[in-house]
Amino acid sequence: MPDFLHSVLLDSDKCNGCINCLKRCPTEAVRIRRGKSVISDERCIDCGECIRACPAHAKTSVRDPLSAVENYRYKVALPHPSLYAQFNNLEDKSAVLGALIAYGFDYVYEVASAAEKVSEATRRLIREGEVSLPVISSACPSVTRLIRVRFPNLIPHISPLNAPEDIAAETAVRRTLRKTALRREDIGVFLIAPCPAKTTSVRAPIGLEKSEIDGVIAISDIFPKLPSLMKNVDAETLFMKTQPSDDAGRIGVSWGGTGGEAGGVLSDRCLSADGIENVIKVLSHLEDERFQNLEFIELSACPGGCLGGVLTIENPYIARVKLNALRKYLPVSGARLDGSEKKSLFWQGEIKYISAYSLSEDIGESTRLMGELEETLAKLPGLDCGCCGAPTCRAFAEDVIRGFKGGCIHPQRARA
Amino acid sequence: MSIVQKYAISGDDFSRAGEASSAIKNKLKQMGFSPEVIRNVSIAAYEGEINAVIHANGGEITVTVEPEAISIVISDTGGGIPDIGLAMQEGYTTASDNIRALGFGAGMGLPNMKKYADEFDIQSEVGKGTVITMKIYAKR
Repeated sequence: MPDFLHSVLLDSDKCNGCINCLKRCPTEAVRIRRGKSVISDERCIDCGECIRACPAHAKTSVRDPLSAVENYRYKVALPHPSLYAQFNNLEDKSAVLGALIAYGFDYVYEVASAAEKVSEATRRLIREGEVSLPVISSACPSVTRLIRVRFPNLIPHISPLNAPEDIAAETAVRRTLRKTALRREDIGVFLIAPCPAKTTSVRAPIGLEKSEIDGVIAISDIFPKLPSLMKNVDAETLFMKTQPSDDAGRIGVSWGGTGGEAGGVLSDRCLSADGIENVIKVLSHLEDERFQNLEFIELSACPGGCLGGVLTIENPYIARVKLNALRKYLPVSGARLDGSEKKSLFWQGEIKYISAYSLSEDIGESTRLMGELEETLAKLPGLDCGCCGAPTCRAFAEDVIRGFKGGCIHPQRARA
Repeated sequence: MSIVQKYAISGDDFSRAGEASSAIKNKLKQMGFSPEVIRNVSIAAYEGEINAVIHANGGEITVTVEPEAISIVISDTGGGIPDIGLAMQEGYTTASDNIRALGFGAGMGLPNMKKYADEFDIQSEVGKGTVITMKIYAKR
């Protein structure tokens, strides 16, 4: 199982062993060992916090180079709605779709269109009572992975619907195969993505056997090429190479930022939270059943939602203003479920809890270890300085009882 | 083998209510208890914590974790409960309007504790305080 494939990469030469990523990791997945940052595959949720935090730019993310597009005869682009928010004074998003065609893509299908289908399917699920309320969005791959390692009680609340990009990919492939004589392997489907978590979910999907997406291109890589290409496409070509019948409206475009997805549920019993620490708080309260009467919960690991993804360029709050301006003249929704998405709409697999923090499989043994952990912790200074290579004194104590040989650098401050 | 953890429940600071149950929850997760057991402990402890804040100006929560069961004792030196039978009824509350405006004091605290705990006992004396003892089995 490629379950623990991740998309955060470390450039060892650049890593100077500082504690920025260590302290920022929300799942305590990072340790500094032998002067370099090390990530636990089991705990990492691909949120990108360490990439953001690294002052040496030693952490980068896996994505495909722009040249990967050339490996295919027929090239499909799936632009995430956060792409639109990178442009200044964009009045009509078809200019962006046109620029992608001018860049060399043969067909463009908006992720925002598939998002509208997900919104419609979500409304239907809630209305028909087929899900445990509140439904937690499955759109942010980091949140799904976070729930999987830290909030097992909430797994049944995760929306059983696939992320819009997967549905977009399936639709684009199906339509391309229908209207051309191409074989599947001739078609390259590229997601134009705001974050590395999307890369992970393409390479190691949770709900799908295999993603129909063949490659992931960073918004930050392709965006600089697009503004100069925006006037090069005539209306007829645009009509032929995009899907005007599925042209995304307000709901789909709004998915780019926080609140958009919840807005698409068309209910006032929705909660939206962004930023991984806030997400953890919400999940923790949810786990204790402290919220009543909620129908839908939208959670994004990044501040500002996907607009704050580490592969975007524009500041997420400025991007938000741009997205709002673009939304203004759009119809509420453009794409509708037409029955053809059935196969790609729902998850095929189930999500299993991964106890990445458990001290032992045996409760008797873990009780003994927890006792040891508390004793070890009591002798530490409680500074949480990170100098030992663990993010907190508690995490250090945990490492020690798991067999780590290392010491606290503040023996004189250690409690008697 | 058992782990005993004591936490003070601060009576004057609402924003800190829930800290103890949250700490307990994280430890139980690390110890590999089943998600359902953890939820039951967490809710029972949280309700107890909130009750102590609302009605007794704080108190103390002691959690004893053993492989077979988790015991929670919540004690306070508040005003006590004159009629326990009445207090145990769903929806019965003596919380002030202020507290209720905050979304607490809906009269579900004690009934929820009883619901989520496998063993539940409450002792209270007017003018002296209340002690709630709960036990949640690790397996059933």
